[in-house]
Amino acid sequence: MMDSLDRAIINHLQGGFPVCANPYAEAAKQLGTSEIELLARIKKLLGDRVLTRFGPMYHAERLGGGLSLVAMKIPPNDFDRVAGIVNRMPEVAHNYARDNVLNMWFVLATETPEGQQNALDVIEHETGYPVFNMPKIKEYFVELKLRV
Amino acid sequence: MNMDAIDRAIIVATQEGLPLVPQPYHAVAHQVGIEPDEVMARFRIMLESGVIRRIGAVPNHYALGYKANGMTVWDVADERIDELGKRIGQLDFVSHCYQRPRHLPDWSYNLFAMVHGHDRTETERKAQQIAELLGGDCRAHEILYSTRILKKTGLRIPG
Repeated sequence: MMDSLDRAIINHLQGGFPVCANPYAEAAKQLGTSEIELLARIKKLLGDRVLTRFGPMYHAERLGGGLSLVAMKIPPNDFDRVAGIVNRMPEVAHNYARDNVLNMWFVLATETPEGQQNALDVIEHETGYPVFNMPKIKEYFVELKLRV
Repeated sequence: MNMDAIDRAIIVATQEGLPLVPQPYHAVAHQVGIEPDEVMARFRIMLESGVIRRIGAVPNHYALGYKANGMTVWDVADERIDELGKRIGQLDFVSHCYQRPRHLPDWSYNLFAMVHGHDRTETERKAQQIAELLGGDCRAHEILYSTRILKKTGLRIPG
């Protein structure tokens, strides 16, 4: 069970973690706890999978790579075969089945922007189905504002 | 921002998380083989330039009870999308909000917003709030729930 300190960590530490010699001590002070306690809590929240990660969140495109959201329209009786091909690609980060005419949605992350087209060509060629490539045109907001 | 081999080494060392020790930047410095002050200076530059969005806790929506995470998609007039996208992105239950290309005739939606709810009723109520905010500027919308996770690995640059 989470208590008020766990909730405070989730609510107040989604960003703004300090860059200084003793950042956990600094953050602990703001949360009204100790460095040792804060470190123990973060370890526990990570161990319980309440947090997926603690640290810097990098902006994928600004690291120089290519990133896109791609959808496909796959007949149900061929879905597993296509999922196998798509999932084997190291460039495919997440892949979800969704309840829509476009029933497969995945994130394609390549080392370079130019690598995107090549990966898309491979997927189309190996699966025999067209891809619906939907790279981001604009970002209006990306921030976790989750409250617990 | 131009990244060099040292930035890359710092990213590889921290993309799965900061060390959980009292002096994490010192630990990274030791691993990369540079001075702690240099690591901290580079972190500040990466924060300022936006290479790092933020530093902190990344919560797992699902573990926190948000089990109905819907990808809501909207068909909005292109000339109004910037203004409307900004307003949708500010809603506290929207975590990501993007403009993406249409693929007519199969796909007419150009605005995507991830909406998080404890159950589908809550997610649908939140989507309804977006629908009211968009009003006559929205021609159609849908909520896509994931029915299966087929693959989930993080975005990683190779070390």
